[in-house]
Amino acid sequence: MAAAPHRHPDQGDPDVRAAQEARLRQVWQPPRGLFLRWTDTNNNSVGTWYTLTAFGMMLFAGVLALIVRAQLAAPENDLVSASTFNQLFTLHGSIMMFLFAVPMFEAVSILILPQLLGTRDLPFPRLSAFGYWSFLLGGVFVGGSIFFNAAPDGGWFMYPPLTTEPELSGVGADIWMLGLSFIEVSSIAAAIELIVGVLKCRPPGMRLNLMPLYAWYILVVAVMILFAFPPLIAGDVLFELERLLDWPFFDAARGGDPVLWQHLFWIFGHPEVYIIFLPSIAIFAMVVPTFSRRHLIGYPWIVLAAVGTGFLSFGLWVHHMFTTGMPNISLGFFSAASEAVAIPTAVQIFAFIATMWAGRVVWSTPMLYGAGALAVFVVGGLTGVMVAVAPFDWQAHDTYFVVAHLHYVLTGGLLLPLLGGLYYYWPLFTGKKLSDRLGRSAFWLIFVGINVTFFPMHFSGLMGMPRRVFTYSEESGLHGLNLLSTIGAFVIATGIGMIILDMCLSPRRKLAARNPWKAGTLEWLALPRQENWGVRCVPRIESRYPLWDQPGFVASVDEGRYFLPDAEEGKRELMITSVLDAEPVQVARIGGPSVKPMLAAAMLGGVFILTTFHFYGAALLSGVAALAAILWWLWTGSGIVPEKPMKHAGNGVVLPLYASGPASSGWWAMFITMFADATAFGALMFGYFYYWTIHPEFPPKAAAGTNGPGWVWPVIALALVLTGWVLTVAARELNARGRVRFAQGGLVLAAVATAAGAAAGLAGPWFSGLDPTAHVYPAIVWVIAIWIAVHGVVGVIMQLYALARSLWGRTTPTHDIDIRNITLYQHFLAVSAVVGFITIGFFPEWV
Amino acid sequence: MNALRRRVLEYTLTLWSLIVAPTAWAAHFLFSYVYAAVRCAKGGRDSAIGDVRLVVAIATVVALAIVLASAYVAWVHRRVEGDEPPFHDSTDEDRQRFLATSKLLLAGLSFIAIVFTAVPAFTFGDCR
Repeated sequence: MAAAPHRHPDQGDPDVRAAQEARLRQVWQPPRGLFLRWTDTNNNSVGTWYTLTAFGMMLFAGVLALIVRAQLAAPENDLVSASTFNQLFTLHGSIMMFLFAVPMFEAVSILILPQLLGTRDLPFPRLSAFGYWSFLLGGVFVGGSIFFNAAPDGGWFMYPPLTTEPELSGVGADIWMLGLSFIEVSSIAAAIELIVGVLKCRPPGMRLNLMPLYAWYILVVAVMILFAFPPLIAGDVLFELERLLDWPFFDAARGGDPVLWQHLFWIFGHPEVYIIFLPSIAIFAMVVPTFSRRHLIGYPWIVLAAVGTGFLSFGLWVHHMFTTGMPNISLGFFSAASEAVAIPTAVQIFAFIATMWAGRVVWSTPMLYGAGALAVFVVGGLTGVMVAVAPFDWQAHDTYFVVAHLHYVLTGGLLLPLLGGLYYYWPLFTGKKLSDRLGRSAFWLIFVGINVTFFPMHFSGLMGMPRRVFTYSEESGLHGLNLLSTIGAFVIATGIGMIILDMCLSPRRKLAARNPWKAGTLEWLALPRQENWGVRCVPRIESRYPLWDQPGFVASVDEGRYFLPDAEEGKRELMITSVLDAEPVQVARIGGPSVKPMLAAAMLGGVFILTTFHFYGAALLSGVAALAAILWWLWTGSGIVPEKPMKHAGNGVVLPLYASGPASSGWWAMFITMFADATAFGALMFGYFYYWTIHPEFPPKAAAGTNGPGWVWPVIALALVLTGWVLTVAARELNARGRVRFAQGGLVLAAVATAAGAAAGLAGPWFSGLDPTAHVYPAIVWVIAIWIAVHGVVGVIMQLYALARSLWGRTTPTHDIDIRNITLYQHFLAVSAVVGFITIGFFPEWV
Repeated sequence: MNALRRRVLEYTLTLWSLIVAPTAWAAHFLFSYVYAAVRCAKGGRDSAIGDVRLVVAIATVVALAIVLASAYVAWVHRRVEGDEPPFHDSTDEDRQRFLATSKLLLAGLSFIAIVFTAVPAFTFGDCR
């Protein structure tokens, strides 16, 4: 399309700039008022709330750990009862992993990633807000349970059969499953936001080879979430079906297997370790070059480390299960991968050391934390190589040696780098530096405390102290080591207290200079008094360290000489660029403050929380309300047809305001969501084949309620779902060719076919009288049929939504993002129907 | 060989091509584990695993061939004339050469990891 004549504004004129800034300020103004301020969606606000909440969770879990240590300080101690102790350590581990480590990475990324990429916000700010409110609600629900003596108490990995037996585990296990499932939803929301953010929101010129390493790590980690979290969600579904409805997935007496839970948990659980470790080391990858005053050495090597670790970390999960009695050859595969992952992990550490060696190191406080982190992490890494050797693990399994190992890894790989990051990035958000004196004192307390706490645990473990015991005898000889660990824990707490004091004193300190560390990366464009718009204009990048290497860069940004220096139409706008080379492709408009994400999160949270207490009717109502809130949010906030097709983005670049299909960020968000969803479905299918593997006869010899669904109904269901899919694709094509009425008709027929397919899928197990409580075979068949049916219903809602958009004129032949996105959904639905129905209809009898 | 080189050079490296080698590792790993696990579950604890060795050996050769092909593509792109590392200019060549270097390194890591994965099949003789 030819560019309309356009007069370029004179960025040299201070009046022009002041007018632009006034408009930007107006557009990006945060909402005010006691309630309305919480409807903000800007990444600065949401990221700050998110970070503070996650930090609060860390403090809470830390206090739980102090009580644990106080109980273990002396033999035969009775500070807390065994039951309380079980709740304490379970909640300590669960909160640290699910409510601190993972959310903290999401929080920090939401906060700093836009700054690092020179963009005004992430592509879906309302999704970030939704994720935050989900996290807050779920976090308070899970964390608060201990005050009602109702906290989960089965250990942070919740092994059945202890936890699937309601009489042994109380409501705590439901709170864990449902509360944390809800939080996993927010993790997947964050993954979508971060992947699309890194791939599509980079500033022009920031090709893949110039991306800040932080962004590389975040990209890898976000993709890992898509493979790691869904298996746990699938496991949670099976787990709750067993607890609430007595479907025997993990009950050996009826053909189930508790070891399947261990598989599903650790397929999540081991990558999880790297999901929280890589973003923390990513902060280090930003800090090291700044204080070594040079480019990082071995940029491609770091990319190798991030991507390589991301892959290999999925080949490690069985090393948590070395004592389950699997064949040695199986253990061997996982042992091999566990040793191999040490290679990329070490590579990045050598790259950091080389950078420090080659540069002139400024021993700032963040660097001190970084160096301490490396030392602690290396100890944890070395014991990791030890426990990756299966015969050694058989001896050390479930002893304090493992507790020592994992705490060295997590304090060195997560806590210390994050605290270093706190000292490094604090000026970016408050404009003020934290105190070097307090920070260094705190560092030494924490560093010494970590070693005093966790080093003796190696010995108490080797002496045979099992983890999770609430006390030990006088004669065991463990008293001295445990007392030492307890003292160390309180030393760490003192250090953390000092950091909190430092943060509390911050408002009284004076503003620091802009870019106080003299760093080279984009985030340090921020002014001490930060504007809500993020960056004055979207810059053009020619270097990995533009503030060091591009002459006059900061002045040009401040004068708005690059892209989008204005908000003429009064809209919040982002520049969307291409994946490989960051060439400008679109100006996207994003949502501003809104109550809808918060409302949707509250209603969705209601579903999980009410189900925990068996209020199924109310949970259903809450689910309907959540659906309504989400539809309202989408209807009013997405796929909006702009008032003009193109817009001048500055420097003679004219870009479209609307995109659909793979060119749009919304299509990618749908793709990523469905990818995660498909992984969860894959985990359920894994369950089916797993049960087939462990049973000599599967399905079991026909007994009452275990007769298979036959092949007729699955084939009918498959045919109907595929018809719905074909009709949806046809509707998309007809719409694109301007045959709007035919497209609408196609959508109606597609919805009928998909709905019928969902019903036919359920008809198979229904008419053959499969009883899901009789044996695991009928249970897993039912789960697969229900999964596809629920997805069919969601597909129908989408088809009707697209139909309504078309009828109301919000989808047109040229503005067709909705119909393209729902077609993408249908592709995934079709694949799961093929896999699911063929499996339950034909496997294994026909093979 | 020159014709092959020219064809390789026509191809633009992307994020997808970056992960070819580690994906080969993942497929090889999953296949080896699943095959051995199913075989041992169905064949009994004391059964010998000669067939597992053969299957894992074939899978290893296939996976290593993919990794080597990926490494070759990376190597060809890596050797395109231009400035020295660290490939930090905002140009087509530097982006391409950076991706080639990372792809080559990942191929190296994947090669080692695949060999690691194959070792257990030749260490153990039965399903115990």
